[in-house]
Amino acid sequence: MTRQMTGAKMIVQALKDQGVDTVFGYPGGAVLPIYDEIFLQNDIHHILVRHEQGAVHAAEGYARSTGKPGVVLVTSGPGATNAVTGLTDALLDSIPLVVLTGQVPTFMIGTDGFQEADTIGITRPCTKHNWLVKDTDDLSQVIHQAFHVATSGRPGPVLVDIPKDVQFANGTYSEKKDAKTSHYQPRLKGDIDAITALVDAMEKAERPVFYTGGGVINSGPAASQLLRELVDATDFPITSTLMGLGAYPASGKNWLGMLGMHGLYEANLAMHGCDLMINIGARFDDRITGRLDAFSPGSAKAHIDIDPSSINKVIQVDIPIIGDVAHVLEDILRIWKSRGRKVNKSGLKNWQNQITQWKAVNCLDYAPSTKAIKPQYALQRLEELTKGHDRYITTEVGQHQMWAAQYLTFEAPNRLMTSGGLGTMGYGFPASIGVQMAHPDALVINVAGEASWQMNMQEMGTATQYRLPVKQFILNNERLGMVRQWQQLLHGERYSQSWSESLPDFVKLAEAFGAKGILCSDPADLDDAIMEMINHDGPVIFDCVVEKHENLYPMILSGKPHNEMLLGDAADGDGIQSDGAVLV
Amino acid sequence: MSELKIKKGATSHSAYELRNPNANVIEKHTLAVVVDNEAGVLARVIGLFSGRGYNIESLTVAEIDHTGHRSRITVVTTGTPAVIEQIKAQLGRIVPVHEVHDLTTEGPSVERELALFKVSGTGDKRVEALRLADIFRANVVDSTLHSFVFEITGVPEKIDAFAELMRPLGLSEVARTGVAALSRGKD
Ligand SMILES: Cc1ncc(C[n+]2csc(CCOP(=O)(O)OP(=O)(O)O)c2C)c(N)n1
Ligand SMILES: [Mg+2]
Repeated sequence: MTRQMTGAKMIVQALKDQGVDTVFGYPGGAVLPIYDEIFLQNDIHHILVRHEQGAVHAAEGYARSTGKPGVVLVTSGPGATNAVTGLTDALLDSIPLVVLTGQVPTFMIGTDGFQEADTIGITRPCTKHNWLVKDTDDLSQVIHQAFHVATSGRPGPVLVDIPKDVQFANGTYSEKKDAKTSHYQPRLKGDIDAITALVDAMEKAERPVFYTGGGVINSGPAASQLLRELVDATDFPITSTLMGLGAYPASGKNWLGMLGMHGLYEANLAMHGCDLMINIGARFDDRITGRLDAFSPGSAKAHIDIDPSSINKVIQVDIPIIGDVAHVLEDILRIWKSRGRKVNKSGLKNWQNQITQWKAVNCLDYAPSTKAIKPQYALQRLEELTKGHDRYITTEVGQHQMWAAQYLTFEAPNRLMTSGGLGTMGYGFPASIGVQMAHPDALVINVAGEASWQMNMQEMGTATQYRLPVKQFILNNERLGMVRQWQQLLHGERYSQSWSESLPDFVKLAEAFGAKGILCSDPADLDDAIMEMINHDGPVIFDCVVEKHENLYPMILSGKPHNEMLLGDAADGDGIQSDGAVLV
Repeated sequence: MSELKIKKGATSHSAYELRNPNANVIEKHTLAVVVDNEAGVLARVIGLFSGRGYNIESLTVAEIDHTGHRSRITVVTTGTPAVIEQIKAQLGRIVPVHEVHDLTTEGPSVERELALFKVSGTGDKRVEALRLADIFRANVVDSTLHSFVFEITGVPEKIDAFAELMRPLGLSEVARTGVAALSRGKD
């Protein structure tokens, strides 16, 4: 039985068949037929953002917090170009997105028509794959394939560009089950010989460490479960990248905290001093490795990744395992158990003692203040007062993002949405909207900096229109704090353009949008103010005025190895060598 | 390296190849990439090379299966062994790419390039050009009283050598196809 329908109808039908309940978008001339179809149905909820960048980040928040692909619909030309930052963000953080763009009619392509842009050309390097559909008969097939590609293997954003005449024309709808199965079928099972080699190394290792990343979360809930089982059974210490926080619970006994440029002392020193590094779904990003030739010099390295191009890209490893994290962890556990659950007990004991000593340094200590709110204190209080809630955190980019990663705890995967790879200021607010759409009853907090937040603050209208009670917790230091810190440490205290001037009155701004604004600048008032924010049933902008020149530590300067970490204010003032200044 | 003395050779991944992947030597490799012949596929391959800073020495492409709509791209590239491995892995990630073969490491292969040379001249030079063409087994595919167009097939080095000889004899235009390559043997 074949079904004939217009392209526009097919799109909505294909989305329904793919189980889509929410689309983030913005209309325009080249997508009007699709908006007609959206108007005529009630199954798919369309969220009208205020800027297409917001739509893509919202879809990322939705995707990251649910494990399902996020869906975006925007018009041709400026609609598509506005989506580019979000696509690049999703590509670097491996977030599954299906982005549908309108295009001028096929017979006008190439004529510099009104709102024509070479969307396929522009987005080719920032999508996992993209398609221009020129024939309505291919449309539903392509959309089904788009979902397959976005969600299979290493997830990522895909884009389908749909000329307006293709939306109007009639064609045959292909059911999801009849869609041509793509040859794109990444391998899930790891090589058993390599896995056995890893188990062998695990049995002997004196100083092992698990180094986990976003791949564990992308692999699904089973991967996090298996990871916990493996860590508990072996008693090996575990650290994680920013993208992997929550896969292993922060309250777990083997937890070292986040690693990397602003990671914890104990996590970075464990990475530096280990004899066996087991990388699970992380990618040796430069924020993690620091200086490559000094990265964990004495260790054997295993790397589990579903993307073969991640392996040996920057760090040569000894045991590469290409496969899905959950599948591989299952095999590791099975083989390790069948060989008698062996670990090097005495070695491990010394290693754990060493780690206990590193932990005693208390690298997250900071000088408290009764006069100003320290940003770290604000986050500690936020943690304390919200941790019992069904809580999701998004962040913007800057010092506040790293403090959020350090001082908030994540007990479960999919609870932290943050722009890791691209470091996109303006990500967190729209992402919080996407998360709240997916989890209407949860407490969704965007930990923001005042500068980042302003990059997509137009989305206040979206939050109030859809009554999304997202909490915008702005750590307002009146500075582009992260930039100011680098200028202090690496550019001779020349604070070029890093002051946030002419800030809006955030309380009045909230009120102008029909939301609630809270201002807090006294540490003594902070708890009450946070409670007021939590208890308000609606969107809140919380202007938390914090210490302006607080620096973020620990810090591994660019170009430095892990064992040369700046701790606390010890570094302020004295001459830091700036040979890393060329790096970002 | 590690004190654990991990035994190498346990997987199919190139990390276990015996060459030192950190070596800084620049190698030349011929890769064969089988792709779906769909719009933009060549742009994806070329964009990968330019976007990630890899080299292309030569590139040829044509549809090799008209019913299955498959094309074969032959690309000659240079890089350190680690970069070559990355190039192959990155090519493998492109969705319409079906197969990536490194003809330089996967056993013996044959490489050929076709070129057309226009040589204009009269008298002794014209005779000499014809004589050399014969030695190189180049065919004359067009001739006037003042010019020849030669067609020559061979490894790129042979074509380079022919070009050098023709230059003083009135070489005026060259068209080269780039390398096409296949592995030797039955599969
Ligand atoms: C879109 C974008 N532009 C520029 C940057 C560079 N950048 C990184 S952090 C930062 C400052 C962020 O300031 P704020 O949001 O107030 O956070 P803070 O560091 O003060 O906590 C800047 C400009 C970026 N990451 N993203
Ligand atoms: Mg700031």
